[in-house]
Amino acid sequence: MTGEQQMTQLEAYATYVKRKQIVFAVAVIATIAVALYAVSAGSMRIPLPEVIQTLFGGGDPQTQTVIWNIRLTRVTAAILVGGALSVSGAVMQCVLQNPLASASTLGVSQGAAFGAALGIIVFGGGVVQSDSAAAAIAISNPYIVTLCAFACGSLSTLVIIVLSQFKRDLGPGGLILAGVALSSLFSGGTALLQYFADQTKIATVVFWTFGNLGAAGWRVLMILAVVFFIALLYFMLNRWNYNAMESGADTAKSLGVNTRMVMLAGMGIGTLAAAVAVSFVGIISFVGLVAPHIMRRFVGNDYRFLIPCSAAAGALLLILADTFGRLVIAPVILPIGAITSFLGAPMFLYLLFRGLEGSA
Amino acid sequence: MLRVDNLTFAYKQGGSNVLKDVSFAIDRNETVAILGNNGAGKSTLLKCINRICPPQNGEVKIDGSSVAQMTRNEMARSISYVAQNNVSLNMTVFDAILLGRKPYITWDATAADLEIVQGIIEQMGLVDFALRPVAELSGGERQKVMLARALAQEPKLLLLDEPTSNLDPRNQHEVLRMVRVIAREHHISVAIVIHDLNLAIRYCDRFLFLRDAQVYACGGREVMTPQNIEAVYQIHVHIMEHRGIPVVVPFPDEEGAVSHGAARRCALPL
Repeated sequence: MTGEQQMTQLEAYATYVKRKQIVFAVAVIATIAVALYAVSAGSMRIPLPEVIQTLFGGGDPQTQTVIWNIRLTRVTAAILVGGALSVSGAVMQCVLQNPLASASTLGVSQGAAFGAALGIIVFGGGVVQSDSAAAAIAISNPYIVTLCAFACGSLSTLVIIVLSQFKRDLGPGGLILAGVALSSLFSGGTALLQYFADQTKIATVVFWTFGNLGAAGWRVLMILAVVFFIALLYFMLNRWNYNAMESGADTAKSLGVNTRMVMLAGMGIGTLAAAVAVSFVGIISFVGLVAPHIMRRFVGNDYRFLIPCSAAAGALLLILADTFGRLVIAPVILPIGAITSFLGAPMFLYLLFRGLEGSA
Repeated sequence: MLRVDNLTFAYKQGGSNVLKDVSFAIDRNETVAILGNNGAGKSTLLKCINRICPPQNGEVKIDGSSVAQMTRNEMARSISYVAQNNVSLNMTVFDAILLGRKPYITWDATAADLEIVQGIIEQMGLVDFALRPVAELSGGERQKVMLARALAQEPKLLLLDEPTSNLDPRNQHEVLRMVRVIAREHHISVAIVIHDLNLAIRYCDRFLFLRDAQVYACGGREVMTPQNIEAVYQIHVHIMEHRGIPVVVPFPDEEGAVSHGAARRCALPL
């Protein structure tokens, strides 16, 4: 083989890598485009040039209020929550070697929601400011709610980790069933808390379970952003470890990966990101499952690209779902959690059937 | 090169030993077959050497350095391993082999890493598959990819756990021939867990028999006797020579243990 031919081979690989980079660029551009549309669309339609002008400090005061205080917070929440759920889902699927793993299927979402309910009802962390569906609930003490959500979401993760470590023959189906059992347990706990709570607090918790991206103000968004970017950075630093783990635990160990630490830290940080996201905006199911699998079709299981692409895809999916929920029967806003479940459940079934075919 | 001293391992603390006081050595460029019946501890021995299963007792040294004292990356640069059952990867052949460079990568693969991978792809005849997903390849091609990935680690020692178990005869010979060529060209020592005694006798320089968690026999052709094989596998065999190639022929229906006198049937000058 001549040097020229070798260069051609390496060039072919470089082109292949560039294709993956283009997939990421397209996902980011699509997310920005849809985000701009989401900011402009609504009961008060704002033309796109005016949106851009307002984002750069121009525009009239009314438009500024609508964009900066209502729509942009909503879209930013969709980007951060969608991104956080999606990257945590991608990493959980890798470290548990389970294509059905995500915050919602492993009981993390339900656990975090239970924790949030605990924070609201028992520790007085949140109150309803208005009984209108259009108005947001407010978290009077986001830190206690987040802490409770994280603690209970982590409890769910802890059980899954212990099960996967001590019952190695549990298999992918068994872990998901464990997640279903934990979800049921936490749902029961949430119901019990609601039973003993007053109407105001029940309304807050129920509103929460619908999922509401409008609930997040800039202060909350800052918390979400910090957690999301820390998680994203950590996951990107470990992308080669995740690639190695795709070859199986023994091979990964032989490549120098501390598989146990990578799994525990991946699950822990994934849970943190998912639990914080869920605690602020309510239960948003299946984004963490669907977005990574969509991107796997374009970039394979190469976590160098899968992690950033999943983040972009998760953000895009959640903005699309939220914008659909806001516009389809405007001015009524459909709960985002219901829309993502409609989107995710067929995908979940598709994965199940594809898995069954694969094992046949 | 590799020195294993008094290695002892049990899966559970206080449980029965899978390996007990196992000692042996492998020289540079040498290919050693690890033999024994199912459950003899062959695969576990490989996993103890590269700390997948850290041994309870004993020491493993490579070129005088204790493997237990190495960092994970240092160990991965010295010892590479091809597992018995490889998962079908949803990544290209190039990316799968590039994983072998992981112990050397700090932030991202360098141009030098890519060139090393490219060189191995050419050496192993994988150029036509380089950008195809591993999952779409045949068993033989997939095994070559795993070998190539192990080679990309630029190891001193290559551990292969039943590399031919799912391959047809042509691919079995092709893979083992490739292993032998690679070992000699790259000055790598190789330990192969293998069940096929004919492949072992043909492609390996030395043989390590495991029985009851311990080394039963270890050495060159002189230990590949019907007596040793019978003692380890509980099956009667004859060793003959066909066109200058030693052939182990099992006779499972022959009654009784092989007596020492049975060695006279051996056509090999052992």
